Amino acid sequence: MRAVLTAWLAFMVSATSAFATPKDDVTHFTLENGMDVVVIEDHRAPAVTHMVWYRAGSADEFPGTSGVAHFLEHLLFKGTENMEPGELSATVARNGGTDNAFTSYDYTAYFQRVAADRLELMMRMESDRMVNLRLDEEDILTEREVIIEERNQRTENNPAALFREQKNAAQYLNHRYGVPVIGWRHEMVSLDLDAALEYYERFYAPNNAILVVAGDVEPDDVRTLAEEYYGILPPNPALENRARPQEPPQTAERRVIFRDARVAQPYVSRSYLAPERDSGAQREAAALTLLAELLGGGTTSYLAEQLQFEREKAVYAGSWYSGDRLDDTSFTVVVVPKDGVTLEEAEALMDETLADYIERGVDSEALERVKMQLRASQIYARDDVGELARLYGGALAIGLTVEDVQAWPDILQSVTEEEIIAAARSVFNKDRAVTGYLMSEEGDAS
Amino acid sequence: MRASLLAFAAWLLAMPALAAVEIDEFTTEGGLTVWHVEERSIPFVTLELRFRGGASLDPESKRGVTNMMTGLLEDGAGDLDAQAFARARDSLAASFSYEARDDALSVSARFLTENRDEAVDLLRKTLTEPRFDEDAITRIRAQIVSSIRSDLKDPSAMAGNAFDKRVFGDHPYSSDKSGTLESVAAITRDDLMAAFEDAIARDRLYIGVVGDISREELGPMLDELLGGLPETGAPLPPEADPQFDGEVRVTPFETPQAVAMFGQPGIPFDDPDYFAAYLLSTILGGNGFESRLMEEVREKRGLTYGVYAYLAGRDSADIIMGSVQSANNRIAEAIEVIRSEWARLHEEGVTAEELDDAKTYLTGAYPLRFDGNGPIANILVGMQIQGMGRDYIDTRNDRVEAVTLDQVNRVARELLKPERLSFTVVGQPEGL
Repeated sequence: MRAVLTAWLAFMVSATSAFATPKDDVTHFTLENGMDVVVIEDHRAPAVTHMVWYRAGSADEFPGTSGVAHFLEHLLFKGTENMEPGELSATVARNGGTDNAFTSYDYTAYFQRVAADRLELMMRMESDRMVNLRLDEEDILTEREVIIEERNQRTENNPAALFREQKNAAQYLNHRYGVPVIGWRHEMVSLDLDAALEYYERFYAPNNAILVVAGDVEPDDVRTLAEEYYGILPPNPALENRARPQEPPQTAERRVIFRDARVAQPYVSRSYLAPERDSGAQREAAALTLLAELLGGGTTSYLAEQLQFEREKAVYAGSWYSGDRLDDTSFTVVVVPKDGVTLEEAEALMDETLADYIERGVDSEALERVKMQLRASQIYARDDVGELARLYGGALAIGLTVEDVQAWPDILQSVTEEEIIAAARSVFNKDRAVTGYLMSEEGDAS
Repeated sequence: MRASLLAFAAWLLAMPALAAVEIDEFTTEGGLTVWHVEERSIPFVTLELRFRGGASLDPESKRGVTNMMTGLLEDGAGDLDAQAFARARDSLAASFSYEARDDALSVSARFLTENRDEAVDLLRKTLTEPRFDEDAITRIRAQIVSSIRSDLKDPSAMAGNAFDKRVFGDHPYSSDKSGTLESVAAITRDDLMAAFEDAIARDRLYIGVVGDISREELGPMLDELLGGLPETGAPLPPEADPQFDGEVRVTPFETPQAVAMFGQPGIPFDDPDYFAAYLLSTILGGNGFESRLMEEVREKRGLTYGVYAYLAGRDSADIIMGSVQSANNRIAEAIEVIRSEWARLHEEGVTAEELDDAKTYLTGAYPLRFDGNGPIANILVGMQIQGMGRDYIDTRNDRVEAVTLDQVNRVARELLKPERLSFTVVGQPEGL
C-alpha cells in the first residue's frame, strides 16, 4: 500500500498495448436478444475470466447526477430478488475466485476470475443482477459514504488528480468527458435511489451488453450457457442510440493554473482535442498512436532525447494518446522541469520541441523500432488472456467491432511517416488545447 | 421470494484441478541452480533473477545507494551509452526491468525467441559491465530527488515511512530505500561501484525461467549470462527487532483524508502455525470484500473505500500490518472499529463457517496464480527464496486444509495482541 510512483510516472502508460490475438482463438456471435458475445480461448491453465460490459458510462449520465454510473456499479454488489446483499462476491470467494468492476466514461464492466468449471455459476449470478437488482435506502446511504471516501482517496488527497480534473473540465466545452467519472463532490453527496434506478433501467439490458469469456473454455459450451442465462432476458425496446452532446468548434486557447501546498514537483501538461478510433476508420488514430510513442513513449523518444538527454532541462518528458473513446479524445504532452527551470521555460521548450519534430519529420529508424515493439506486443499479449478480454470488451463497448480490433495491428504497421506528420500538424493546434501548470502555492506563474 | 443460489453453489465446491506446472530443476555446467518451466506455445521467454539482500545492504551512511545503483543498470552498459543501449533493447522488443526491493534486487527480463541471443547479450552487459557515467548519475539522481520530495508531501508515502521508522528502529527497514535528500546528494560513483559489487553475486542468486526454451538451450545461455558474476557479495543484514507500543501516533499534514498504517508482531513462514495464521489474517483483513474489517468498516459503516490487514513477511522481520484511509472527521471511528475487531477476534476466534469459507477461497485461488509465463517465473524465484521445495505447489493446499478450528482459534489468542496494535496516522484527524 505504499505509494512509490511519483505523479508523472503514473502517466507513463505505453500505447504499445495495441495488440490482438490470433484470429482463430477468438469467436464472436450475437444472441437473439442482441447481446454480443466474445470468446477467447487459452487452454494453458484451467481458469476463466468472465466479464459483462455495458455500453454506458459516466458520459451517458444526465446532467446534475455526476458519478451515478459509478455509484450504480457499487450498488450492483448489493442484493437482487434472488441474492442477499454481498452474496455474489461471497459466492465467488467461496469458489476461490476474485471479482470486481470498473466504470469509465464510455462503459461499465463487471468481472470474475475463477476456475473454468465455475463459469455457469458466474453467468447465473451476473445475468441475475442485470435485471433483478433490489435496493433500499439504507444501501444507498452507506455506499454513498464509500464512494465519497473513494473520491477522497483517488482525488482529494492527490493534487495531481485535482489538477487533471480541472484541466479536463476546461478541455471539453460541451461533452460529458469534461465531468469526472467518480463525479463532482457536490453532486455525489445528493445522489439518491431514484437516480441510480433510473440509470439502471435505462442502460442495463442484454441488448446494451457485451459478454466476454476468456480462458479454458470451448466456444460451443459458452454459447449454450450464454443462451440459457443471458439469452432468456428480454431486450430493452426503449434503448436509444448513443448520441451525447458533442463538442462545438474549439476556437480559444485555454490555460489552467492549479496551486496546492502539497505539490512537491511542478510540471506543465498540455492536452489537445484529438480524434478517436472509429469503426472502419482507424488510420488517423493509428498515426496518433505511433506519434505518441515516437514523440514521448520512453527513453528513446524525441522529447526524452531532446529535453532529458541533450539539453538536460527535464526530469521527465513524454506524451500519450489513447484512441479508445466513443467521442473526441485527447493527446497529451508533459514536461517535468529540472530544478532551476521554470514552468514558462518548460512550456517554451515543449513548444519548440513539438515544432522541431514536425519540421524534421519522422526518424525512419525510430519508426521501425516502434513498429517492431508493436509486432512483439502481439506475441507478449497472448500471455495474459485477462488483458485480451479487457481489450475486446473495451473496443466493442465504444462501437468498434471484432474486425476493427483484429485489423488494428496491420493498420499500425502500414502507417507512413507522412501520415504521422500530417496527424501531428492537424492535432497540435492550441485553439483546441488546454495548457496547465501544476504548482505549489508559493510558485511563480507570471 | 429470495431463493438462494447457495444450493447450486454447494455441489461445485469440489477442488478445481491444479494447473499443470512441471518444474524442471537442474544445475548448469557452470554450477547455477535453475528452476525452469518449458512452455512452447508462445515464442518468448520470461527470466526472473533475484539477488537476496537488495536495499538492506546499504551501508548506514549511504542509504539509497543500492536503489540508485539499480536505477543506473539500464542507463548504458558495456560499449553502449544510455541512449544507444535503449535503442538496441527497443530494436529487439526486449524488456528488462531492475528493481531494488527491501530484501532483494530483482531483474525481470522478457525477450522473443527470434532474437534471444542478442537480447541475452545486452542483458549480460548490464549485469557485468555497468558504466555509471557521470551524466547518467546526474540524471538519475535528479529523478530520485524529485521522487523523494514528492513522497515528503504524499500522505500515503509519509504514513508508510513514519510507520517503518517507528517500528524498525535502526534496521535498514526503518527508512525508505530511496534514501534521504541528504544521503542521495552525497552518493559518489565509487559508492555505486561498491554497491554493485555488494549486491550482484552468485552466492545470493535465484533463477526462474518460463517459456519457449529447452533445458539444453537454457543451461549454456545462463552460464554465458551469469558466469562472469563474482562468487560472493556483502554480508546480509541482521534480524530486525520490530517494536509495537500500542499507541496511535499522528503526523499532522493538511489533507482531507487521513491515512493510517497499523501493525503488530507477526509469525515466520517456517512456524508450524503459519498456515493457521494465514487463514486468520485472511478472515480478518484479506479476501477482498469478505473480510471482517471490510464488512465492519466499509460495508456496514461506509467509513472507507478500503481496509486491509495481512501477514507481512520479510527476510529479517515478520509483522502483521494493515492500512485504512478515512476522512479526517471519521478516521477515529475507523480506528476504533479496527481495534474492537482485533480484540473480538483475539477473544472469540472465528466460526467454523468463516474458516471453511477462507479455506475454499485460498485453495481455489491458488491455481489461478499460475496464469502466464511472467507470473509463473515470479512464483519460481519466490519459492526458492522462501526455501520451499518444488513439491510445495502440490502440498500447499493440503496444508491449508489441515488447519483445524481449534488451531486457528488458539493462534488467534496467542498471536493477536490488541494491546500492541500500533497506528501511525498522517492527516488532520479529529478526536485522536
